Amino acid sequence: MRLELEKRSEHSALMTVLSPVVALGLTVVAGGILFAAMGYNPGEALYAFFIEPLTNQWSIEELLVKAGPLILIAVGLSVCFLSNNWNIGAEGQFTIGALAGSMIPILFHEYTGPMAMPLMVLMGALGGMVWASVPAFLKTRFGTNEILTSLMLVYVAQFLLDYLVRGPWRDPDGFNFPESRIFDDAHTLMTLGDGRLHLGFVFALVAVFVIWFMLSQTLKGFEIKVMGETPRAGRFAGFSHRGIVWFGFMVSGAFAGIAGMAEVSGSIGQLTPVISPGYGFTAIIVAFLGRLNPIGIVFAGLLLALSYIGGESAQVALGLSDKITRVFQGMLLFFVLACDTLILYRIRLIKSAPKAGGAHERA
Amino acid sequence: MSKQGVPSSDAVDQPVLVKAVSISKRFGEVLANDSVDLTIREGEIHALLGENGAGKSTLVKILYGALEQTSGDIVWRGNTVKIANPADARTLGVGMVFQHFSLFEALSVADNIALALPKDTDLKALPERIISVSKKYGLPLDPNAMVADLPVGVRQRIEIVRCLLQEPSLLIMDEPTSVLTPQEADELFKTLQRLASEGCAILYISHRLEEVQRICQRATIMRHGKVVNECDPRQETPASLARMMVGADVHAIKSTSEITTGNPLITLRDLNLPADNAFGIELKDINLEVFAGEVVGIAGIAANGQSELFDAISGERRVENVHAVNLLGVPVGKKKINPRRKLGAAFVPEERLGHGAVPGFRLSDNVMLTRFSTEPSLLLRGILKRGNAAEMEQRIKVNYDVRMTHDNPEARSLSGGNLQKFVVGRELDRKPRVMVINQPTWGVDAGAAALIRQALIDLARTGAAVLVISQDLDEIYEVSDRIAVISRGQLSPAEPANVMTRERIGMLMAGMGEKNTSKSDEGQAHAARA
Repeated sequence: MRLELEKRSEHSALMTVLSPVVALGLTVVAGGILFAAMGYNPGEALYAFFIEPLTNQWSIEELLVKAGPLILIAVGLSVCFLSNNWNIGAEGQFTIGALAGSMIPILFHEYTGPMAMPLMVLMGALGGMVWASVPAFLKTRFGTNEILTSLMLVYVAQFLLDYLVRGPWRDPDGFNFPESRIFDDAHTLMTLGDGRLHLGFVFALVAVFVIWFMLSQTLKGFEIKVMGETPRAGRFAGFSHRGIVWFGFMVSGAFAGIAGMAEVSGSIGQLTPVISPGYGFTAIIVAFLGRLNPIGIVFAGLLLALSYIGGESAQVALGLSDKITRVFQGMLLFFVLACDTLILYRIRLIKSAPKAGGAHERA
Repeated sequence: MSKQGVPSSDAVDQPVLVKAVSISKRFGEVLANDSVDLTIREGEIHALLGENGAGKSTLVKILYGALEQTSGDIVWRGNTVKIANPADARTLGVGMVFQHFSLFEALSVADNIALALPKDTDLKALPERIISVSKKYGLPLDPNAMVADLPVGVRQRIEIVRCLLQEPSLLIMDEPTSVLTPQEADELFKTLQRLASEGCAILYISHRLEEVQRICQRATIMRHGKVVNECDPRQETPASLARMMVGADVHAIKSTSEITTGNPLITLRDLNLPADNAFGIELKDINLEVFAGEVVGIAGIAANGQSELFDAISGERRVENVHAVNLLGVPVGKKKINPRRKLGAAFVPEERLGHGAVPGFRLSDNVMLTRFSTEPSLLLRGILKRGNAAEMEQRIKVNYDVRMTHDNPEARSLSGGNLQKFVVGRELDRKPRVMVINQPTWGVDAGAAALIRQALIDLARTGAAVLVISQDLDEIYEVSDRIAVISRGQLSPAEPANVMTRERIGMLMAGMGEKNTSKSDEGQAHAARA
């Protein structure tokens, strides 16, 4: 008996929806086995990880706070990924967006006019775009692999942040702690609900709607998908390869930059050496788990936000290391990518025994 | 073993080598092979004929172990055998040469051959064996040459020699001449006849009826997954064979009305275009005029600059000199493809899946692909009007007989012939004034090919200029009023079809018409042509 993958003639609409669900199920099962192997009661541990955070108001609000940047970054990345551009450096664009967005609150903290906030958002977007323009330029001009360049720039951005908060931008009244001054109220994003949730989540929802509309209804969205799937056919349709590389990087850079600015201005209230629990990387998982579809990304963003809170919850309830969050996120991405095979292939069980010698199929 | 139903032929007295008995293969709801019987005798060249989607490839893949039949038996020299994978098939003595080669370009000829041989092969002695086998069968081959440097004809020889080294009793050849010049094909036929005379059976899949008549003693004809006929092709006419294949008379193409040519609608003047990659072809000083009302055919062997010429006319690649390309009286050398479409030009590239159409897109979105720039009804201020595209898709489907299992499927699910009807129909539906088409009926069955060729002629007769680039000489003759030949990036002057003999075209294809015959700057793709 053996399993064989058989190509479908068209992609399966059912599996497109079902594959992330199957992946989630497999992650839970694998997670249960992992907990059991570590000597915990898997039921208890999974409850602490996935269910408990949803049982009180505070943590639901916290869930949305964490989902905001994930969704915003992932929606931008989906445009980039759909056009077959692999921007892995959203974390860096997030960081530079936060730095650029903090210029007014830190360098011009006396400017508290009504335009301060919109300017900060604009600066955040520009910061992310500037950082994303480097891999875009290198790719269009020299054919450099954008996966490497965008990833490496993450570390450059993080060192730049570290240098600024320990050096020039350190709060003069901060007892030498490596932190910037605390932002003025005029430089803090409006809050919603009990006070943790801020406007950043609304930015994410607006982005979801705008990108959904663009991808499903406009020529630009059509262009992105054609160039992503078949560049040669895209050229035949008159689309420009260079143009689409720039477009993908600018959109994803701008969204990551805004997310960074909103995180600093809305959640943290100052610049610190570490401003992100890896949102830019986790957003890659969100984008794929959400099928690169803006609506799917909303659900995926909530789920991955839950993995952050669940990690904290499991740490408190069972004393597990919070590294468990990373493990779960990794497993989830692994299973999502594996299950995606089912969209274009079906699994068939072949009863007869194969003969010795590897099948050398060339057809 | 029974010999019923086999009329007299050369090999009739030979023992039966392999028999496929009532083979069926089901893919989901489709029955690709429906109780197929096939008998091949030792030493015969047996043709397998059929339209695209008739089930030929499925049957052959079952014989080669690449697919497993749903039911039925394969009887090899009187014993029922099970062929679980291609390695099994090779052990049994079945070799196959695929239409699309599976060679590693960065490796040498000997390395490529070594990869397919059993693990215990003596690799040191291999080059010697390659040379001796290739000499014996008239397939000159240098074991140390890099595959990347070799032309297609030589690459095919590698595949054949690779099979021959395993001393097969049955050699399956899938459309072997589709990539060869007439001269190369002649050489191949000699090799095949030599092999057959030594007792090796050959199963020969082809669309080219003349070839089948020329070299095959038996033919099995398939249609819709069933065997519909068996015959001695030498006793048939091309028309009768074609009739068996498609089940109805393939109507002969006729250019009814007399040609009244008008203004030149396509003008190429001293068109030069450098190669864009190491294996690309440089276009040199191409001059051509195509007048309203005529079809001009460009013949040539694969990879002699056809796709570069297509790209230069379509605007997928732009040229330095604006006046080098002129469409409908407008110099467009520097314009992109959509401005050229807006002038009234339409283009159909060679590769339908991945160039002419996006595989994962529905047909209606593939209508959008080439027509959003010219149809105001498809695009309103950047917003797509998908409903109108779906209506066009319906119209194309009906007018050009595009067959599909359900409405508006993804492009990749259509068979080659049906997708070709769609991509050609999509452009004809515009009623273009200039049509440039590369390989209009590549791998398309006889019925669909006739429909497409007729449509191209009809389009020209309404006053459009039609440029057909094709590697199929029969097709060139069928549709063209004038014929030019492309060879290594140079184009011969277009001459009336009735003065262009096959011999003359063959000579021009072989480079006899090129201005620059110095060996020094020839493309490396030809350096190894023997």
